[in-house]
Amino acid sequence: MTMTEPTTGTRSATPSGTVRLLAAGADAGYEAHLRTFGPLPARDPRAMMEQVEASRLTGRGGAGFPAWRKLAAAAQAGAHRRRGRAPILIANGSEGEPLSWKDRVLLENAPHLVIDGMIAAARTIGARNVLLYVSRDALPAVERAAGARADARGIEIVEAADSFIAGEASAVVNAIENDDPRPVDRTARLTESGLRGRPTLVQNVETLAHVGLIARYGGAWFRSVGSPEDPGTRLVTVTGEVPRAGVFEVAADAPVDGVLAAAGVDVAACAAVLVGGYHGAWLPAAALGTRLVPGELSRFGAQPGAGVLHVLGADRCGLDATAEIVDYLAGQTARQCGPCMFGLPTLATRFAALARGEAAEESARELARVSDLIVGRGACHHPDGSVRLIRSALRVFQSDVRAHARGRCTRRPL
Amino acid sequence: MTNDAPHTLHIDWTRCDGRGLCVEILENALGRDDWGYPVALRGLPERRTEVPLRQEELENAREAVALCPLAALRLRA
Repeated sequence: MTMTEPTTGTRSATPSGTVRLLAAGADAGYEAHLRTFGPLPARDPRAMMEQVEASRLTGRGGAGFPAWRKLAAAAQAGAHRRRGRAPILIANGSEGEPLSWKDRVLLENAPHLVIDGMIAAARTIGARNVLLYVSRDALPAVERAAGARADARGIEIVEAADSFIAGEASAVVNAIENDDPRPVDRTARLTESGLRGRPTLVQNVETLAHVGLIARYGGAWFRSVGSPEDPGTRLVTVTGEVPRAGVFEVAADAPVDGVLAAAGVDVAACAAVLVGGYHGAWLPAAALGTRLVPGELSRFGAQPGAGVLHVLGADRCGLDATAEIVDYLAGQTARQCGPCMFGLPTLATRFAALARGEAAEESARELARVSDLIVGRGACHHPDGSVRLIRSALRVFQSDVRAHARGRCTRRPL
Repeated sequence: MTNDAPHTLHIDWTRCDGRGLCVEILENALGRDDWGYPVALRGLPERRTEVPLRQEELENAREAVALCPLAALRLRA
């Protein structure tokens, strides 16, 4: 379903098929939400934790970490708390990835499901403070929704910084605590010591919306769609050279070509598809039957990430497209960590040269060497994600690298 | 400390300025990159913020922690 095709909410039947998060239709107010899903049941924290574990829900913000493990860690850290050390829950809707707007679509159309998930998760981990960190675009919808229900009064809504790495969990905490949206060096997990030193659970808003559904229908229901490894549905942003870009809710194990075809994309005309976003990896045209599950995507160094599918048209040069992204990523370094601050601009310069066909072989060699040099050496994963993209491009577009070295391009005049 | 648990040297990259004292003190564990920042010479590439240390390097590692002008190093068990 796309968000331009509102579904008429039927009476609160259990959602079937892959229309779950968006089952209440476009721009769902509290009444439409309740009509579709019914009220949020008050589950016992331990029973709810078991349901989230049974669901095998993974994080939808990018890293794909099992949701229950983070919940359990925060709950456990909270259980040993001294007075005034109750856990904090932060719903992360900052969505700094330029290719993704699924969190905004979710917050604008199903804000009450996100709020339900926040309330359910907060109850489960014993959180006292609950915050919603959202991009400016989503702010009005979220404020309207929170104002419409009494149980959302305790939620503190904070406007997110507008930068690529502002959504990184430690950057979220740093922005809220110190008004500084840069990642910080960590030796302890945030679930042990986060905001103001308290156990802090930072979960993506889509992940929490799924929690809102699991609170109602349970973990087994959640697993009835998707693969055993990565069940449920996920929101996917289809973008790039497509007839109509948009956000779609799909089975978490849907094949890439199936998602694209449903979005009206001529799959045969795709040169490659970037999966996961700017920190993602390219799938070559021959591999578009790959399903969105980690086990299949890992062959290409990819992961579902935040659910981005970015299409490269048949007449576009993959090296050229990647060079543009690497240049953007270099500009998004927080300039805190040396290997990132100096390494990413070096990579951007080299990739631009490769794209132009200048010293292409030497540039490709240097890209591989500098990538090896900076990976794993930063307070956050910005260098690692950038390296993932570069390595993937050098692999998937290796015939283009050879062509550029001979002063030619397989796609366009150099 | 008579602890045999493997220790690591944690590098806080947000503080490190590449002065290089640690690289001189721990020459078998650390090298320098193109820009002068320390690079772990062992361990998994993606985990190089935690530099694995050998038992006989602990004394030097403590010295490196103490001498780092930017207090960018921490010893972790």
